[in-house]
Amino acid sequence: MAFLEVKGLKAYYRQVEALHGISFELEEGGITTILGANGAGKTTTLRAICRMVRTEGEIRFDGKDLTGMATENVVRLGIAHIPEGRGTFVRQSVEENLQLGGYTRKNKREIAEDIERVYDYFPRLRERQKQQAGTLSGGEQQMLAIGRALMLRPRLMLLDEPSFGLAPLIIQEIYQIMRRIREAEGTSMLLVEQNANIALNLADHAYLLETGDVVMSGESHIIRDDENVRKSYLGY
Amino acid sequence: MDLFFQLTLAGLAIGSVYACVALAVVMIYQATDHFNFAQGEMAMFSTFIAFTFLTFGAPVWLAAVGAITLSFIAGLIIERVVIKPVENAPILNQIIVFIGLLMILNNVAGWIWEFTIKPFPSLFPADWGFHSDLIGPHHIGVIGLTLIVLLAIYLFFRFTRVGLAMRAAAANPDSARLVGVSVSWMLALGWGLAAGVGAIGGILVAPIVYLDPNMMSGVLLYAFAGALLGGVSSPFGAAMGGLIIGVLENWVGQYVPGGSELKLTFALAIIVIVLLFKPAGIFGRVVVKRV
Repeated sequence: MAFLEVKGLKAYYRQVEALHGISFELEEGGITTILGANGAGKTTTLRAICRMVRTEGEIRFDGKDLTGMATENVVRLGIAHIPEGRGTFVRQSVEENLQLGGYTRKNKREIAEDIERVYDYFPRLRERQKQQAGTLSGGEQQMLAIGRALMLRPRLMLLDEPSFGLAPLIIQEIYQIMRRIREAEGTSMLLVEQNANIALNLADHAYLLETGDVVMSGESHIIRDDENVRKSYLGY
Repeated sequence: MDLFFQLTLAGLAIGSVYACVALAVVMIYQATDHFNFAQGEMAMFSTFIAFTFLTFGAPVWLAAVGAITLSFIAGLIIERVVIKPVENAPILNQIIVFIGLLMILNNVAGWIWEFTIKPFPSLFPADWGFHSDLIGPHHIGVIGLTLIVLLAIYLFFRFTRVGLAMRAAAANPDSARLVGVSVSWMLALGWGLAAGVGAIGGILVAPIVYLDPNMMSGVLLYAFAGALLGGVSSPFGAAMGGLIIGVLENWVGQYVPGGSELKLTFALAIIVIVLLFKPAGIFGRVVVKRV
């Protein structure tokens, strides 16, 4: 059985069906990306896993059924969701944001060590640790969001468009760090992106989502070489 | 000049009570965006519980601690049983629930303890070792205890794990859930804390205004004025606002001709002026909502 297994997933905003029964899976230690345009249902897919939207269908993580659970209990299984818009606690300091990331853990010494580890990944956050998080730049807030997720010692990270609204150089920096995190921690990642090029470079598997349906899936390099994908998503 | 200092210090004492109630109101406001109109009646009820402990022969401090603890638990239960079911209801439904709670608590208190006015002993009796011509022993005790409570609340929110989680849940509930905070329980805890702080306010003010089911109606109005003046987005501001209102109230009563008749009008005037000209209050920040 796959590490994360989604079968026939439908999601609803009030009466509107946003996902029409999609299925996908993710292997432990793997990186899977879900690509698609605005409104394809990428964010909804991640919100469904974290139980922030009404759904039908099956979602299993490490064999456990998530569909009846509250968001905070899904998190306790080791699923860290880096939400659309980065979810910064803007009035709290950088350090407090990281402490919140480790909220479900009890061991104070380990939490302090992990905060240091996050600062090692993102030295810029160390420089700004006492600063109010709302005053950080977009790139720094994205780093903080990833750092906050790492504080959970997650088994699975859900990343919602980490490249959104950032300058190309910052995007590269962030993706390099994601690669390092995967190598160092072996964390599985489910990555949602509009920026298909950079996501396909990082991921092993990709799914293509169009208005609530999976229209294509496969290994990243195969998707990348597909002529239709190249034209519609990569733009060359 | 002595009179001025006496007025000011007595104002700080009564303002301390407003500060406690204002702080309780703001704690719930921050988490839910609603004023709890029943906060005053909850505090009144708590004071009657302390009064009941006293009639069973408990020493006044024990009665106070017992009532505050029970109030904390009752606050939690009220949130779970009464408030949670209407969490996502339209704003008017919620306000009606608050007003219903106010009337129920008021009437039940009258039914159990009757509407006659009762004396309530001070936590700081005349012989507790403080003497001054400028301020009475109860008043100085009220100011001191309130400062301790404010400091304790500040330390709790600033330096503890649960305090941080409560701030996070109030500021950004979705993100708080995504780091594993149970936002729903943080709300309940906020109600418990608010009820406890309100109870302290009630127990401190009862020796001054005497105990009866309507004792908090004026206090709540001043506390609202204080919370608005200091800033509803800032617990510190709300507490400061309560203190300022207490002092101003006394000055108006003494120095404005006919002022003692105008004290409640004065509180309402402050509310209107703040809402018109500086809705964020003195210490609050302007909240911009994206729509």
